Amino acid sequence: MGAAVFFGCTFVAFGPAFALFLITVAGDPLRVIILVAGAFFWLVSLLLASVVWFILVHVTDRSDARLQYGLLIFGAAVSVLLQEVFRFAYYKLLKKADEGLASLSEDGRSPISIRQMAYVSGLSFGIISGVFSVINILADALGPGVVGIHGDSPYYFLTSGKIHLLSSLYPPSILVPDLIYWPSLRDFFGSTSQEPGRRSGMYLLPISLPAAFLTAAIILLHTFWGVVFFDACERRRYWALGLVVGSHLLTSGLVSWRQGPELGRKAFNGEWDVGEGVSSLLNIFNLPGRRRKGESFKVSHLSIISITCSGEEVEWISQTVMQRA
Amino acid sequence: MLTFMASDSEEEVCDERTSLMSAESPTPRSCQEGRQGPEDGENTAQWRSQENEEDGEEDPDRYVCSGVPGRPPGLEEELTLKYGAKHVIMLFVPVTLCMIVVVATIKSVRFYTEKNGQLIYTPFTEDTPSVGQRLLNSVLNTLIMISVIVVMTIFLVVLYKYRCYKFIHGWLIMSSLMLLFLFTYIYLGEVLKTYNVAMDYPTLLLTVWNFGAVGMVCIHWKGPLVLQQAYLIMISALMALVFIKYLPEWSAWVILGAISVYDLVAVLCPKGPLRMLVETAQERNEPIFPALIYSSAMVWTVGMAKLDPSSQGALQLPYDPEMEDSYDSFGEPSYPEVFEPPLTGYPGEELEEEEERGVKLGLGDFIFYSVLVGKAAATGSGDWNTTLACFVAILIGLCLTLLLLAVFKKALPALPISITFGLIFYFSTDNLVRPFMDTLASHQLYI
Repeated sequence: MGAAVFFGCTFVAFGPAFALFLITVAGDPLRVIILVAGAFFWLVSLLLASVVWFILVHVTDRSDARLQYGLLIFGAAVSVLLQEVFRFAYYKLLKKADEGLASLSEDGRSPISIRQMAYVSGLSFGIISGVFSVINILADALGPGVVGIHGDSPYYFLTSGKIHLLSSLYPPSILVPDLIYWPSLRDFFGSTSQEPGRRSGMYLLPISLPAAFLTAAIILLHTFWGVVFFDACERRRYWALGLVVGSHLLTSGLVSWRQGPELGRKAFNGEWDVGEGVSSLLNIFNLPGRRRKGESFKVSHLSIISITCSGEEVEWISQTVMQRA
Repeated sequence: MLTFMASDSEEEVCDERTSLMSAESPTPRSCQEGRQGPEDGENTAQWRSQENEEDGEEDPDRYVCSGVPGRPPGLEEELTLKYGAKHVIMLFVPVTLCMIVVVATIKSVRFYTEKNGQLIYTPFTEDTPSVGQRLLNSVLNTLIMISVIVVMTIFLVVLYKYRCYKFIHGWLIMSSLMLLFLFTYIYLGEVLKTYNVAMDYPTLLLTVWNFGAVGMVCIHWKGPLVLQQAYLIMISALMALVFIKYLPEWSAWVILGAISVYDLVAVLCPKGPLRMLVETAQERNEPIFPALIYSSAMVWTVGMAKLDPSSQGALQLPYDPEMEDSYDSFGEPSYPEVFEPPLTGYPGEELEEEEERGVKLGLGDFIFYSVLVGKAAATGSGDWNTTLACFVAILIGLCLTLLLLAVFKKALPALPISITFGLIFYFSTDNLVRPFMDTLASHQLYI
């Protein structure tokens, strides 16, 4: 059910961050301000990276899928580097503020230490980046099925008679109980479904659950990176800076690397076998996933893409997939 | 709560001294112009011993109050600055709450995103064949809307100058009546429809009546500060929802831009209506009207301190010119609000005063911030990233404005910086960041 997926994934993704916020940041106005300003800096860095990516995409050939994928990877790398640059800029700003605060205080000590600022700024980057990554997926998990809402291809989710096959892909540990179903999807695809979409709620689970865990990890990672980064700047240990940047790049690239560039190519060419997609997702958490070829597995490919693509794109994908099926 | 009266002979009549008693930080002083703190030696000593906090954004955050009689300037500065951070949070919270209400409503109640006609203030339609025509229409709509607002503002200033207080009172009461009863009724009806909850008329009548009556009392007379703040947030949200519903797409954005420019002009120019309003009220040394200003502060007397009335000097601080006066669509100016509880201290008694000054923000600011974020939520293709980006941008703008307030120590417009950031972030996030994030998400790439 939408609500279960939504709440579960939200708490998985943001539980640690929320707890950290509530306990350490919410009580102190200064830290809250540092948090919000950190989020602003991250947003600016994202904006600049998007500008770069956008320009590149528009000056190059849009139909060349491989190039576009490469540009995307490049855009992601630029974004990571810009985030680190802005983290440094934020460090400089906070350092100045710290000095100002210290000079204004009665006993010459600033009310907040640079380490606290490092922690809060890391947390702020983490929260805002986590939110930006996953909030749309969560919102879609909550609401009624958006897929196919404009009456696009009825081939979405193909025939739900094959839906139950998907369940065999997943190890029992993440199988959603039978009680969970998604009535709105059933309503949408009532005519084409042979069984009452009981397991259709599971469609978004494979997307939102790994996303939630990954988001939680990234939030915490940003927090740690913030602390290490500021400390490295304070003590002028530039190798530690390089470590932070390198590990950020590594983390960001890890997902695509696991899938392999080959997968990316296939995705764009519409050859992506859903089994691969699903099993690669599962691989992230070292869960066993079996690859099975066949039409039914294209379904989850569509569901992954459909969360974020427009109706027209999904239409295209579904038609492409159907042609190859 | 007593309204602050100039004739009040109690000392710490610092108008908007607030007593947001926070355990750690005492009396932040947000400085507004002409404010004279309720200074007395006791307080000084007390403040000195407390830790400082400050808005960490920049160097010397000077929420310095000017011209406190009997106080050495250096001490002034040192004392006042600090609690800047607290003031910022005192405004962050209500602004955030207002936006949350608006966004939650927009996302769940479809009524407010349906197009059901336009206000008479924006007569030109945007259903035009060409882009140029649409742009022209929206600019014309904006011109009309802004001129309506300017006219109303000037009318109000004229009324105020010629002391037609009753007329203004009546006007404000009429508008809050409408907001509290009619708009609430409509809102409640739509929410009930959305969630398919049945409510009979007697219950509805009772609910709306109670809500509205208590609101009128809280806003225009006396009431607990928190309740009053809550009502102000609610009516700002209702007003913002009306705007979001009835302003056509492009007109809304152009209006937002134009109103920030107007705000800048009206508050800062020597002959600007809002500035004149503020100065007139200052000259007369009286609070304006308990109308549309959100005040985060109130005076409180706690603890033990010796108050010496004679040492207070001119403690009748004129109501403090709020950070900015902004007019809502009905041209009602936001006036500073002065709600202060009766002081429990008596002169000569061993009472220590913990005063905290707060900041005031015009309700028009709340409304337009919420309009921006609500529009982003309504039209951003269902994208939450845009909404959040606008939200952060507005908060940062507010933070910077408060910083400037500390530096310049006079009434400042709160709209320009926030709305500018908000608009920049809205358009850039919607058009540049969203495709990027969507593409990344579709490949499960995390950055």
